[in-house]
Amino acid sequence: MRELQVSAITDVVERLCIEANTYLPGDVKCAIETCRACEDSAIAQGVLDKIIENYNIADKENVPICQDTGMACVFLEIGQDVHLVGGDLREAVDEGVRRGYGKGYLRKSVVGDPVRRGNTGDNTPAMLYTEIVPGENVKITVGPKGFGSENMSAIRMFKPSAGLQGIKDFILEAVETAGPNPCPPMVIGVGIGGTFDKAALLAKKALMRPLDTHHPDPFYADLEEEMLEKVNALGIGPQGFGGKTTAIGLNIETLPTHIAGMPCAININCHVTRHKTEVL
Amino acid sequence: MEKHITLPLTEELAKSLKAGDIVYLTGTIYTSRDAGHKRMCETLAKGEPLPFDPQDATIYYVGPTPAKPGQVIGSAGPTTSGRMDAYAPTMMRVGARGMIGKGARLPEVVEAMKQYSGVYFGAIGGAGALLAKCIKKCELIAYEDLGAEALRKLYVEEMPLFVIIDSEGNNLYESGRQEYLAQRG
Ligand code: SF4
Repeated sequence: MRELQVSAITDVVERLCIEANTYLPGDVKCAIETCRACEDSAIAQGVLDKIIENYNIADKENVPICQDTGMACVFLEIGQDVHLVGGDLREAVDEGVRRGYGKGYLRKSVVGDPVRRGNTGDNTPAMLYTEIVPGENVKITVGPKGFGSENMSAIRMFKPSAGLQGIKDFILEAVETAGPNPCPPMVIGVGIGGTFDKAALLAKKALMRPLDTHHPDPFYADLEEEMLEKVNALGIGPQGFGGKTTAIGLNIETLPTHIAGMPCAININCHVTRHKTEVL
Repeated sequence: MEKHITLPLTEELAKSLKAGDIVYLTGTIYTSRDAGHKRMCETLAKGEPLPFDPQDATIYYVGPTPAKPGQVIGSAGPTTSGRMDAYAPTMMRVGARGMIGKGARLPEVVEAMKQYSGVYFGAIGGAGALLAKCIKKCELIAYEDLGAEALRKLYVEEMPLFVIIDSEGNNLYESGRQEYLAQRG
């Protein structure tokens, strides 16, 4: 049994909050640059050029890529042979978020109550997801999530008879409805299967997966490619001004489900798809 | 068309801008988003004056990150404009005809734009680091308690924008996409 101080998790969460909000992942940059090279309308090219210039400024000047530095989604994969000591884990994660958003001059965008509102002032609480896995490491991923895009997400409980076509239509419908609101080009996370809640979680996890990877099952890997192409054929384009690049990536995650259902969740993200991982 | 314009956004200037124009904007603008708009509209309903003169003013829908020491402002890209749709016609009625944001607007906003010669500019959503560089001055003028949502007066230079909806109701979101799809055939 390995002992790990929760304060070590606080330190990593603090750092990852700042780094994720400042430096766009290489796979996301690469996808944007590839799309820029394919665009032929002047307005779409102009928008993508500015987006590239923007993340280069963030890199060079160590400033947030986007002013919506999001809710801090924190994923912990905790090895079952790790014993966490020295305090409350949830408190340790929130402390990391509090420090990261304070020291990093990140925007505090969390309200303490969904209906009565009121900013918590320090971007806590984190949206914390924990999973117990084999081994004695703790893998920490911080994915700040902006709400311009989160608000355009959707979930539907399909009858199994809706089949693959039902899912395909739903993806296109969600992107069409989102239109220019989620700062296209978007990244689209699709979760299929599980229960109502698990489908949504799969969709969020799909957004954390690098854009140059595919679902391990060739059936879904092909579906990812086909749907990315279909989404881009909609012509919404960068910022919704028309063009080839409506989305720079579409990832699908799946789970077994019940004989009576086929849940499908679509989590929309923007070109500022941020996540950073570290293993302790 | 590419245009370099200087505020205030007079009726004449507003009418000269067309959906699809790329605009580099210089001058004084005001920042506000959900909570600030709610408060401004409540103030107007009570018959009281706004914290700034709305005549020919332009409002930027933004909630920036806090400025680091030495910075004028933190990252400052646009927020989704649709959340201000409930308030935008009231703001235009008192003279604030310019809006900067991102995303779709309701038909009632477009109607008000036609009536009051309003212009809806799009700033690139997610380009907060780049847009902050055009902001040369930033002064907090009201609603400090709202934090990122407080009312600020900004001086911007050559801020890169797109005319999304013009004073005649033409909409780049519709025309840009149609043009692309028509070209592709
Ligand atoms: S949708 Fe993304 S790019 Fe747009 S404002 Fe929100 S976080 Fe930034």
